[in-house]
Order: sequence, then C-alpha cells, then structure tokens
Amino acid sequence: MARPASYEGVVLTAPFSTAYQRYSQDTAHFWIATALRGALRSAGLKPAELDGFSVSSFTLFPDTAVGLTQHLGLTPRWLDHIPMGGASAGVAVRRAARAIQAGDADYIACVAGDTNHIDSFRQLLSSFSRFAMDASYPYGYGGPNASFALLTDRYMHEYGATRSDFGRICVAQRANALKNPNAVMKKPLTLDQYLSARPIADPIALFDCVMPCAGAEAFLVMSQDSAEKRGLPYATLSAAIERHNAHPDDPIQLRGGWTLDVDTLWDQAGCGPQDMDLVQTYDDYPVISMMQIEDLGFCAKGRAADFLRDKDMTTTGDFPHNTSGGQLSGGQAGAAGGFIGMVEAIRQVTGQANDTQVPDAKRALVSGFGMINFDRGLCSSATVLETGMRA
Amino acid sequence: MTTPLQPPPKKDPQKRSTAPTRPPEMRSRAAMHLTAAAAEGRFALQCCLECGAVQYPPRDACSSCLSTDFEWRDMPPGGTLLAETTVHASPRLFYRERMPWRAGTVQLDAGPTVLAHIHEDIAAHGRVRIEARLDQAGQGVLLALPETPTPHQEDAPLMRALSADPKHRRILITDARSPHTPALAKALQDAGAAMIFAGEPESWRPYPGRAALDALGVEVLPMDVTDTASVQKLAGEIGGKTDILINTAQMLRPGGVLERGDTAFARDEIEVNYLGLMRLAQAFGPGMCARVSDGVNSAAAWVNLLSVSAMTNAQPFGVHSASQAGAYSLSQSLRAEFRPSGLRVMNLFFGPTEADDWYQPLPPPKVTTNALARAVVDGLQRGLEDVWCGDIAQDIRERFRRDPKVLEREMTMGGDGP
Repeated sequence: MARPASYEGVVLTAPFSTAYQRYSQDTAHFWIATALRGALRSAGLKPAELDGFSVSSFTLFPDTAVGLTQHLGLTPRWLDHIPMGGASAGVAVRRAARAIQAGDADYIACVAGDTNHIDSFRQLLSSFSRFAMDASYPYGYGGPNASFALLTDRYMHEYGATRSDFGRICVAQRANALKNPNAVMKKPLTLDQYLSARPIADPIALFDCVMPCAGAEAFLVMSQDSAEKRGLPYATLSAAIERHNAHPDDPIQLRGGWTLDVDTLWDQAGCGPQDMDLVQTYDDYPVISMMQIEDLGFCAKGRAADFLRDKDMTTTGDFPHNTSGGQLSGGQAGAAGGFIGMVEAIRQVTGQANDTQVPDAKRALVSGFGMINFDRGLCSSATVLETGMRA
Repeated sequence: MTTPLQPPPKKDPQKRSTAPTRPPEMRSRAAMHLTAAAAEGRFALQCCLECGAVQYPPRDACSSCLSTDFEWRDMPPGGTLLAETTVHASPRLFYRERMPWRAGTVQLDAGPTVLAHIHEDIAAHGRVRIEARLDQAGQGVLLALPETPTPHQEDAPLMRALSADPKHRRILITDARSPHTPALAKALQDAGAAMIFAGEPESWRPYPGRAALDALGVEVLPMDVTDTASVQKLAGEIGGKTDILINTAQMLRPGGVLERGDTAFARDEIEVNYLGLMRLAQAFGPGMCARVSDGVNSAAAWVNLLSVSAMTNAQPFGVHSASQAGAYSLSQSLRAEFRPSGLRVMNLFFGPTEADDWYQPLPPPKVTTNALARAVVDGLQRGLEDVWCGDIAQDIRERFRRDPKVLEREMTMGGDGP
C-alpha cells in the first residue's frame, strides 16, 4: 500500500453546531442551511465565496447535494455527498483536504444535518438498506438497537466486558454534556440509573442508546494561507484514514476497518495514541467506542474495559473522551452524529470549546464508524487534528 | 422449556378483535428465492455457479468472484448461535404487540452468518437447526430451532406465528361427502384441533363416510358449495369461529373435450371446483381475514385440495384439469387478497388417489387418504404454501420446474399411430 501524501497546508476552521431538538417540524434543508450559515458567518465568508460543498444527510429525500446547491443559492465548483453516516466527517475531511491541495476549490464547507419528525425514525429504518430490508428487519424489527445488541452480546461473551464497563462511558459523557448547552440531555446520570434502566434490546438498555433528534454540524476546510489571511483560528490535519467493508469473513463484528489502517494513521501523524490530549469516538453505542479504542491502538483487542477502568473520561480527566457529551448525551441528529466529534475536536484544539474545553488541548483523535448495512458497521474513518492557530 | 399452550377461554362477543398487523413484507427480488423455497418447507441459500461460494444475504453478484450466475441449493440445517438479543422496543406494530422478541446471529455449518428468529428453548451459544418458514407477511424467514426437539416446542408464540398449527383451532372441512374427509378429520383431531365442522350437501342421500364422521364427533352441518345461499347461511353460523378452512369439495369426471360431446359435466366441474371455491371465499374469507390476530384460536389458513393436473393438463382428465387450473389461479388471487391480513393460503397438490372412484382405471402409485390427511396437517404445522403429496405430484412438480413446455409435450402424446 502506497504511503499517503501529507495533508500539509490544509486546515479545518469555523466549527459550528446548532442546538439540537428532540423533534422538529423543519426540514433537513433548514438544519443544513442553519449550520452552513453559522460556519460561514464565523469565518466572515459570504455564500457566494464558497466554491466547495460537502453534504451528509439521511432526510434530504428526494433531494441530494445537487438540489441543495439551488435550494441554498450556492455555485460550487466542487460538490460531494457523503452517505456514510457515522464515518462521514473523516471521509469528508479527507476528500476536501485533497481538493484544497489540488486547487479544485478554495473554500469548502462540510455540513451534516438531519431533521427528526415524529415518525422520521421509523420511516428512515424502513428504507435504510437492501440487506437490512431482506435479512435483518424481519427479525424483530429492532433497528440499530438490535443489531448493536448482538455485537455487544458477542463482545461481552468473548472479552468479559460487563454492563458496568459500558456504563462508565455513558456516565462520563453525561457529565461532559452537562457543560454543553447544545446537548439534548440536561440531567445527571449515575451508574445505578444506567444499570437499572429499562431494557431495549438485551443486553442494551435505555442509556446505551442515542436519542434521535434534529440538528446540524458544520466546519470549513481551506488552505492555511487563507485561514491566516482571514485571521481564523484553525486546526491542522496530521493524518486521516478510511476503510469500507473490512474483514468481511469475520462471522460477527468484533473489530472495525481501523485495524487495517491504524499503522498508516500513526505513521502519517508522526505521533501515537499516548500523545492524544482528547479522543472523540463514534459512540452510537458504548461497545463501539471500546472497539475504536482498541483498534486505534490505545490497548490490546478485548482490553478496552480494563484500559478505561482507571481512567477519568470527563473533560478534566486523564482520558478526555467525547468531550461535548457525544451522541449518547448530546443526541444523534442523523448524519450530524458523524460530525459531532470532528466539530468538537476543532473547537478543542483551537481553544474555542468554552465550558467543555480540555486544558491546553493540542492533539485530538477523531474516529468515525457508520452504516449497519446488514449485521455490522461497514465504514470506518479516523483523523488526527493538531492545534494550528488558537483563538 | 416451552409452556404448553392452554385452550383459550371462550371469547367475549362484545370484545373487539385485534386488527391484524404484519411483519415487514418488502424484499429484493433475489431474497424472494428464500421465500419460494420456504413456501415448500425447504431451507435453500444462494450458491455461485462459478466459484461455489454460498452467500447471504442474497445478492445480484457473487461477493467472492463477481459472477452473476447463481443457483439456490438446499442447505444443511445445522448452526451455532453466536449472539442473541431480546428485543423490547420496536417501531413496528407487529413486534410491539409481541414483545419481547428473541433474535440472534447464527453461524451456519453451510458457511454464512445469518440473523434468525431464535426459539425460546435454545441455550445461549448453543447448537441450532435452521428452518426456512413463511411469516405472517408471507415472506421467507429463518427460524432457529433446538437441535433436538423439546417438549411442546410447537406451542411457543414464535412457532404459532410461523405456522398455521391446527392445535386448539376450529376447522371447517367443506365437503363431508369427500372420501378424504374422515381421514382428514381424524388427523386434525390427533393434531389437537378444538372443533371440526363438515359441510354436507344433499343430506338426504346416504354416504359411507358419515358414520365415521359421527364417531369422531365431527359437527356435520348442511352446506352445498354450488348453492350460494347455503354457503352464506353456514358462514353466518360458524364463520366467526372458523380458524382453518379446508376445501375438499371436488367434482371429478374423466374425458377430454371431444370425448365428452357436451358441456354438462364441464359446467358441473366449474360450479364445484371453481365457483364453489369463490363462493366459499366470498362468504368465509372476510371474516377469517379479520380474525388473524385473535389469539390462540385466531384464523390461520385456507387450504385448497387440488389435483396436480392444475399445473399441466393431464389425460384422460383433460376437462377436469381445466377446472383445477382455474381453481389454482383463483387460489393465487386469494393469496394476494388475503396477504394484507396475514391469512395463509395452502395448496395441496395430489396425484390420482385410491379413494376417488374415477381414478380406478389408472395405474399406481396412488395417494391414500391417510397420506393426504397427514400432508395437510404437516403443511399446516409448518406453515407451508405449496404441498406436493405423493410420488406423482412430486414428479410433476420437479418436471414443471425443469421445463414446463417439455412437461406439457410429454403429457400430451398422441400415441404411435398405424
């Protein structure tokens, strides 16, 4: 495998998150427009100056990124639509960075957002993928809860992780979310509450599940020169990987595509897991966060529960993790769930995270995971960000 | 272990019947092959004709070699339960009404990993036996059963949903005079049917089977499928408690078009075999459809007994075959019309029988009434759509599958002339 070229000269800037809403009567177009406007404003850019646009959304139907250009009055010379759910941010960054380096675009907005009507989630499930329609929904129609319950059950059986181990991740994230005014969850969560919550799909219970909601996340990708000329705080991109349908012969998913690319990631970043000041994993369910911590080299396979047991995962702890509360406590605004870690990491390393700020955060790992097509998540991504210019 | 199913209490007539809900029906065309095999009780998976890989879920190209040539082959049923969940929350009404629901990941001995319904008697991480069944949407699903049957395993709610088991159900056999009715009544009774009704045309005329029906305690009630009023009258009386209807009414005479000389018998055959089925469906169908989710003794299935000549014309019963083809086509319409409710339509195809006088001149093998009765009960217990009873019916099915035109040519030989 060829060594990927450096992402030197490319920066991430203008992180913007909307407040999340449990249910919204507005459309994905509304939410995406809101986040795009927020990012452009904070960078002092006019919509007409934007020449690159990357969109991730599940609820735009019947529109795509193409329809959005006319809807929002954009005239980009570079356009991307990334239907990769939780892995979207990492993939969007990789592609946008190369476009900036190649001169295909000067200013790219990466936006993810979705709405959530009363019945949206059920409707989204019913048309999610062909394999899900053919081979997973007929078996109890538990949606992603049931799919991840199976992975969690096997993970617990194979590696001895317990519900309390998962609970500690959720409890720490709730503590982080309480410092994030945009988060949907506003009440503290104790381990006892976690353990006694009503069952959803055994062994998964209520607080293992994200709350579907409406919202959007956005950031801009541009050259370092452009960011400096505009006086914007920015993060640099040290490394980025993605992989799809890794390990197809594993009978059940206990690892993700990161295992194939983890060496490339750290080699390109020129540092290692121990150098990260904070970690943003894709946390649709806590078992997936454990899988990422293992597969990205923080500990050996199956040892994440041990690794995390004596760690403090809050913003002031020794292993700050999902510092804005993640999706588990922030809420999952559809495809924006795949952006939440990236946008928060940009805020962190540029010193703009306000109440969730990890002191002196310089390096962040952002990991993504997406799309249970049938029985497992197919897309994985990871990026390492570093402080370029602080606010 | 499964709790044995108790007979349901008498229904409060003022209580609303639960409206039928269904599991999801949409499938890709490739996945329908699983359904087609399940309709006959076979567990088959997609095999690549080039590299031999067995794959699941079904695809339009081989995920090992990208070939697009496939064959669906019967698979060994063994597997191991890798992981399981019990679903307590679902946005789908059918499952919400049946929570909690057990599902799991099974590593098949045949290779692929599948999701399946998991029977309650299977131990965590235990061995399983996979069957393909039709669910209440009429689609094929995989069912993991204990490797060796456990006591009362058929009584689990999951099994009731994936079958039309006669146990605790009330059954109407439409023609008491059919030579198959006594054996059928006996087999259904042995399978735990709560009540058996039989419709009797021309009650003034004695017939040999009546004594046997009386001895079995079958409730014989007047009905003639050629008489709309009598069908509607019986439906008014027992339509609300008919859980399974088995249509045994059959008019059979030999002869082709030229041999018959007139249309009199053809008209009688159409009256009984085709319009009789239609009258029954119009009188009993709507009520049965409304009671598909009505608890232990919910309406479950509609059964047609059809000569296998419905599939391809068979001499010397050329005109009768046409009535069977008509009835078969009508049964397909009933399937489509019953689908939204989840009421099953099972067709049992049989070759010449021992008991029907008009088959006397034909050589063996012939189907006995006991074999036919067993096949009906087995088909209901497994929730089948198509049952091929006896060697001749199975032979025709196989030849039809290989090439219907070749079969037609073989069945219409002119004989060696002078």
